[in-house]
Amino acid sequence: MTRSVWKGPFVDGYLLKKADKSRASGRNEVIKIWSRRSTILPQFVGLTFGVHNGQKHIPVNVTEDMIGHKFGEFAPTRIFHGHGGDKKAVKR
Amino acid sequence: MARIAGVNIPTGKRVEIALRYIHGIGPKFSKEICEKCSIPADRRVSQLTDAEVLQIRETIDRDYTVEGDLRREVQTNIKRLMDLGCYRGLRHRKGLPVRGQRTHTNARTRKGKAVPIAGKKKATK
Repeated sequence: MTRSVWKGPFVDGYLLKKADKSRASGRNEVIKIWSRRSTILPQFVGLTFGVHNGQKHIPVNVTEDMIGHKFGEFAPTRIFHGHGGDKKAVKR
Repeated sequence: MARIAGVNIPTGKRVEIALRYIHGIGPKFSKEICEKCSIPADRRVSQLTDAEVLQIRETIDRDYTVEGDLRREVQTNIKRLMDLGCYRGLRHRKGLPVRGQRTHTNARTRKGKAVPIAGKKKATK
């Protein structure tokens, strides 16, 4: 079911602080976050977040299209290497 | 014969049923259209007057996305997800279920017909 509108988008509070800080510092550095469950808000556009995938932080450059999605959607947690005799599958 | 919204030519059936042959119009919308054009439920498509056909056509053109336009809209939505590089987009690219269904078994609608694995021996009785 869809989330109620009156609640507003879900965001972990500390992300807002981190984003503000990064904006103020002016340097475009990767902001490491673990909160995959947070919604991407308009004020995050243009920043780069390192979204944790359980192992490492995947750099995600937030664009306008991403607003409304969750951070976790952009950092896959599983890597599929293809099956044994499968020649077609791309090995990494 | 009545041509409504491009190529669709349903005849002989009740209007409310016949309209559902148009891609993008189901039970709900077809009922809505019939109400808007004030067409009685037991009217067949062949019994419609030209004015009524025109009225239906105009209502659909004005208020509903239908056929090609709808298909295009759906495709652009999918394309947006794929270009975005989000999880749902990746699933669309790989042709796997998008909404978290299991893929260990089943998922044949998305994956297509089962392909035998080369070199795997069949169990002998």
